[in-house]
Order: sequence, then C-alpha cells, then structure tokens
Amino acid sequence: MLPSRTGFLPEAFADINAALQKHHLATTFSWQDVAQRYRRSRVGAFWLTINMGVMIGALGFVFGTLFRTPMQEYLPYICVSLIFWGFIASAISEGCTTFVGAEGIILQVRMPLFTHVLRTLYRNAIILGHNILIYPLVLLAVGRMPTWQVFLAVPGFLVLSLNLLWIMLILAVLCARYRDMTQVMQNLLQVMMYLTPIMWMPRTLPEGISQRLLDLNPFYHLISVVRDPLLGELPFATSWIACIVFAVAGWTVALLLFGRYRHRIPYWL
Amino acid sequence: MITAMASITLAGVSVEFPVFNAASRSLKNRVLSVATGGAIDRRGDGHVIVRGLEDVSFSVNEGDRIGLVGHNGSGKTTLLRVLSGIYKPTSGSALIRGECVSLINISLGIDPEATGRENIKLRAAMMGMRREQLREQFDEIAEFTGLGDFLDMPFRTYSSGMQLRLAFSTSTAIRPEILVMDEWLSTGDEDFKHKADKRLREIVDTTKILVLASHSRDLLQKNCNRILWMEHGRVLMDGPTKEVLPAYFG
Repeated sequence: MLPSRTGFLPEAFADINAALQKHHLATTFSWQDVAQRYRRSRVGAFWLTINMGVMIGALGFVFGTLFRTPMQEYLPYICVSLIFWGFIASAISEGCTTFVGAEGIILQVRMPLFTHVLRTLYRNAIILGHNILIYPLVLLAVGRMPTWQVFLAVPGFLVLSLNLLWIMLILAVLCARYRDMTQVMQNLLQVMMYLTPIMWMPRTLPEGISQRLLDLNPFYHLISVVRDPLLGELPFATSWIACIVFAVAGWTVALLLFGRYRHRIPYWL
Repeated sequence: MITAMASITLAGVSVEFPVFNAASRSLKNRVLSVATGGAIDRRGDGHVIVRGLEDVSFSVNEGDRIGLVGHNGSGKTTLLRVLSGIYKPTSGSALIRGECVSLINISLGIDPEATGRENIKLRAAMMGMRREQLREQFDEIAEFTGLGDFLDMPFRTYSSGMQLRLAFSTSTAIRPEILVMDEWLSTGDEDFKHKADKRLREIVDTTKILVLASHSRDLLQKNCNRILWMEHGRVLMDGPTKEVLPAYFG
C-alpha cells in the first residue's frame, strides 16, 4: 500500500528542491569531510595531490614506455584521465554508501535525503580540485601550452556531474535496500577502469568493431567531454549527445525510483 | 512562509519495520531464488515485519505540552520519529504543521578534531540553522558555553563536561515551533546545570508544541499538561497529567 497519493515525481522534486534550498548543509559537511581526514597532518589535503602526482608519474612512465607513446603526449593524457577517473569512480562507489553511511543523521534529523548525495559529490569535487593542480605542472614539465579549448571542460564537467548525481542517487537507494550491491559496484568499477580508455588511448584500438564497441561504453563519453578539451581537442559530438541523452534518461529513472522509495529509506537503515 | 498555527494530527498511524534477515537483504539471494525457480514459496518475499506503532490517533494543538510515557519498547522512539517527520507512517496519516526540531542526540555532527568554534558551526548546520541566523547568534552561543579561550582548542581536548556544554549551548540556541525531546537534557556541573535548566525552560516556554519522552515523574509533572501512555505500539491512555501520571506510576 502506498501512503502517498501525491505521486512519485512531486515527492522526489520536493526533496531535491529542499536540498538545493539548504545548499549550505551539503557544502559545510563536505568541506568538513575533507578537513576531518587531514586535520592533524601538516600538508593536509594536499596529500591527495601528492599521492595522485606520484601515481601519475609512475604509471605515465611505465605505460608510456610500453605503448611507445611520446611522453609529451602521453603524460598529460594519463594525468587528466587518472584524475577524472578517480573522481568518477569514487563518487560512484561512495554514492553506494551515501544513505547507509548517513544513518545516524537520517534517523535523527529531518533533512532532505538528497543533501547526503550532494555532500558526497561535493566532497569528491573538492578532492578533484586538489588533484587538478597537478595538470598545469605536467603541462609545464612537458613544455605544452594550454589552448582555448580548456574552457569547454567547464560545461563538460557540469554535464558529467549531472550524470554522476543521478547514478549516485539510484545507487544510494538500491544499496540501502540491498547491501551487497555495493560490492557489485566496486567490482564493476574496477572492470570499467580497464574497459574505458584511461591508461590506453582510444586511437590505439584497431579500426572497426572495437571502435564501435567503445562508443557503447557510457564512461568513455562521460570522461571524454571533460578530458578532450583539457587536452586541447574538441570532444566528439557523439560524446556530448550521449551524455545529454544519458542525463535525461537517467534522471527520469532516478526521480521515479527516488520518489517511489524515498519514505522507505529510513526504514531500511 | 505561511505562519499558520502549529499542529500535529495523527490518524490511524501504523508503522511497520521490515526485518531483512541475511537471506532477504542481499541481491544475490534474490537472483538465485529466481534462478532456482522459487521452489520454496516464501510469503511476502520472506520478510518478518515488526509493528512499531499500531493505529495511533491523536491530535496536538498549540500550547500542548505532551509527555510520553511507556516501558522500553513501547514505541516511544518510533513515535518521536514519526512526529519529527523521519518515519512516514506505513498506513494512516501524519500531518505535522510547523517547523520541528528534535533534541535527541545533541552531539550529532560534532567532530572531535575540530575546534570549539568550528563545532558550533557544524552542530548548528546539523540543527538546520541558517547561516545568517548562526552569524547573529554565534557570539551568544559562544558566550553561553562559558568556554572562553578553549573555543579555539580541538573539541577532543575538552573534558566530558565541557563537551556537553558546547553541544548543549549550540543545540538549544534554536527556537522551533515544535520541539521533540527524548529525556530532559541535564548537563554539567552545578553552576552550568542551573544555567542549562533555565535555558531549557525558556525553549519549552517559547515553543508552541512540546513533546517530551521521559521516565521521570517529577519532570513530566513540571513540564507537561497532557500525557500519552504508550504500550505495545498503541496509545493506552491519553489525558491530563494529573490523571495519567498516577495511573502509570501507580
């Protein structure tokens, strides 16, 4: 039996709207999350930057040599790829534990549930902000100049975030109900890291069927709309269209699901 | 915002918790049971249901100071959560008009590594206080804690009494229309206790509706004009303090 006769969509909209109105909650808590992890360390959150920098240096050296790609081209590529894949993957995997992890708050304070999803995304965006500092350094190191296309990364980032939000919302709901969904997602993300051009470049794929298979990988399009502009290229129109279609379809499903089960979530915790 | 009268109306409210045992909570089992053709027919996909509240109806108007009594497991906490808008009833309807704040765990949101000042901000955000509101009240809260220079020290360096002072001062800075409390908050040393009690009385007097769950007869007698006696998820008795309390405490 459904207690609400108002319909699923208004219910979902009301929650999301309230979360946007109380935007400062999500920003306060997400800064707090990052600060908390590094409170007593001297370098603070820049440990993130250092870790990522070392990782990029090492992987860049190994795979650049293996693929016989000139460092001037490969190092910026893997730098942007790893930074944004890190953002996507941790936003999604932390998305799974969003409601479960916020149990203490959800059961004690009346707060829009979407606030917790926003908090998770912001937290990862803050970490991304620390990591992205490596990119200009890498460009400087290989002696490349950024081009005007860099600015196109901004709308790219927005459409990526819009997509991540619905993915996180759906997963947060599903994982609150089915706890081992989290494990399934961890596994899936690990596999996707190799199926998506992160370490390898799309053009190294043989012509034909494998190129077309790549177009079926949503993560490829999601990362392309941000990565290509940063590397001074224009993303394919296909990638942009795919991301927009993805966002519209995904949000429709997410809103229906969230509206339907929103009031059940506290009971599942 | 429409400034209507604050009120609470519960009509036939029941709350049922699904208890997901290990077997039904996982997706794996659900997929596997489809695959094996469902030889075992588990009714209602095998969930055990616990009824937290059953057919609870009452209404609360402005000026009501409700005391909730009942033994452990009688449904008090569940009812407080329904009143706070956390649980939506599985059947029946709960209409809550007015801004509601629950003072159940006053330390929720506090980060031990952060300083006192930062924690005031965090705790205030958790209470749903707006930024401008906090800016106005910050000095007053800081002063009420009586912590002085300690406000710039990490929270973890505080004694437990000082920690409570900070949590209490921030939590009680808000003036909601409906206040939900699980037990009276009594805190700190004699000096602060006196201040704290005064502050609590102030909130209780300014809120339009108070719901207080307590085991203390004295406290209920002092603060409430109406008592709800809960037993097994139902309202056993609902009436003026002077009638219900003697019946409950015997």
